[in-house]
Amino acid sequence: MAADKAPKAIEVHGLKKRFNGFDALKGLDFSVELGEIFGFLGPNGAGKTTTIRILTGLARPSAGTARILGLDIGRDMRRIKKQIGVVPDVSNLYGELSAADNLRFMAALYGVPRSERTARAGELLEEFQLANRAGSPFRTLSRGMKRRVTIAAALIHRPRILFLDEPTIGLDVNNARALRRAIIALREKGTTVFLTTHNLEEANFLCDRVAIIQAGEILTVQTPAALRAAAVERPILEVTFDGAVSDRITAAIQSLPGVCAVRLEAGGTVARVEADELSAILPRLVSLLDETGLLIKEINTLKPTLEDAFIRLTGSGEEVHPGA
Amino acid sequence: MLDNIRGGYHIALKDIVTYYFKAPNISWGLLFPFALILAFYLRSPGEFLELVPGLLALTVLFGSTSMEAIVITFERRIGTMERLFLAPISVGALVAGKIVAGAAFGFCTALAVLVIAVPLLSIPVHHPVLLLLGLAIQSLTYASMGALVAVTVKEVFEAQTLANFLRFPMVFLGGVFYPVAAMPEVLQYVAKVFPLTYGVNTVQAALGIGLPPDAAYIWGQLAIVAAFGLGLYFISTLVLSRQLR
Ligand SMILES: Nc1ncnc2c1ncn2[C@@H]1O[C@H](COP(=O)(O)OP(=O)(O)OP(=O)(O)O)[C@@H](O)[C@H]1O
Ligand SMILES: [Mg+2]
Repeated sequence: MAADKAPKAIEVHGLKKRFNGFDALKGLDFSVELGEIFGFLGPNGAGKTTTIRILTGLARPSAGTARILGLDIGRDMRRIKKQIGVVPDVSNLYGELSAADNLRFMAALYGVPRSERTARAGELLEEFQLANRAGSPFRTLSRGMKRRVTIAAALIHRPRILFLDEPTIGLDVNNARALRRAIIALREKGTTVFLTTHNLEEANFLCDRVAIIQAGEILTVQTPAALRAAAVERPILEVTFDGAVSDRITAAIQSLPGVCAVRLEAGGTVARVEADELSAILPRLVSLLDETGLLIKEINTLKPTLEDAFIRLTGSGEEVHPGA
Repeated sequence: MLDNIRGGYHIALKDIVTYYFKAPNISWGLLFPFALILAFYLRSPGEFLELVPGLLALTVLFGSTSMEAIVITFERRIGTMERLFLAPISVGALVAGKIVAGAAFGFCTALAVLVIAVPLLSIPVHHPVLLLLGLAIQSLTYASMGALVAVTVKEVFEAQTLANFLRFPMVFLGGVFYPVAAMPEVLQYVAKVFPLTYGVNTVQAALGIGLPPDAAYIWGQLAIVAAFGLGLYFISTLVLSRQLR
């Protein structure tokens, strides 16, 4: 590698992980640019956490290589650790220590000079709106506060890359939103962010690029916009009913000429109909539904969502929660 | 290297503050040896002195291991150990920090017992410096034993069971209550694999109770205790590193 060329934030080649005969990662290849928010989007058990654990030194790969800021994870892990911050999927700071003491302890572990520790901790507590709870034991904080302290702890040594495993899991809408804003603010300050999520809206909102991972394989790496565009070339008709649509009616819609796919949502009261040409479909659909006695409450034409892309790529949306 | 020393130091300091030097621990840590000493003293004030070295070594053993094994297992269970693994320090430094905290507690308990018991019961001390050094090295070695227990088990109750399983034969065969030389030959060989046996020897010789106060002998026994400690420390570190995979 040329010395003048800045290394990539993360570079992964052929990364494999095997647990007693089970291939959790089947050879990942991807890279993350400096300064971007990169998302790992995939259903439960896809291998997201396993990837983070390997990249942060908590587990060893069975095969393959990875470099972080140009440093090899096998040889230079200690140097890497100084430049990365990690927020695990479960908040795991010391319950008996106060938020501020947890941060000061982390600062000490990462070699932040004694004179700066308290100031740095205070600064982060302020930034994450925790200043009024600085003295509370970690275990007494709400889940949202715990999450924020955990992120603050990961930032204490001003890492260049932040790893976030399911950052907004278990948070209510407001907390999740505030956290997403905080993540975007980090990128503005130049921090590279690698995050995992199975929340499509989150990936869509936050990420510069998204890798879709399923069963230990990366299916694609794209910008959210490109993913959406690639997902469906055909327009979608979203029909909302006053009651649930039966299987029989679904099959009937499916068999209308010109209809490519039908998917039910919201407990069967919303049908998303993918078709070649909507103008041709609409009258047929309305007359079909007239016969069934179902009332149409609303009809919309839609642009494809990331979820459509996800479902097209992974073949199933069952394990994905659409939006918070 | 500097990172490791600093990291280990802060881990030890945090453990000492959050786990060890809490009122219930301190009171229990002191109550236990005093109760033992008092019981033996009241029973036979004349022969009591013979038991002092063994009881001191025992105080260090229990002080250094009782929490050590539990603390590490507990932290692995609740996930805070992973937090430490993420820090830019070696596994060896992490384990060392944990050991030093446990050892500090065992050493301080023994020191407190000494400070009160020596003047009160007119216990002779021939080699005060060697006595303290001996207690310090023992505390580190026993804490390493606790650490090895902690890294080999998964659950806190398993840690307690395994720690007792190791400590009890030591207490009975390590020369605490009954001189090793007076035991059947087979048991004398068994006693040789316990660090406590050599620890009791150092205390006996340093006090000049049961053994002549021979400084060279004390150094020799201490070297053996230290070797046990280093061995246990390296194995604990190895076991823990191998689990990161
Ligand atoms: N220590 C382990 N031993 C055995 N199997 C494991 C281990 N860790 C993970 N796995 C398996 O590897 C696969 C990937 O797990 P991983 O935790 O990486 O998934 P994930 O994408 O993070 O899922 P989630 O969204 O549920 O967090 C799963 O099938 C899991 O059961
Ligand atoms: Mg996970």
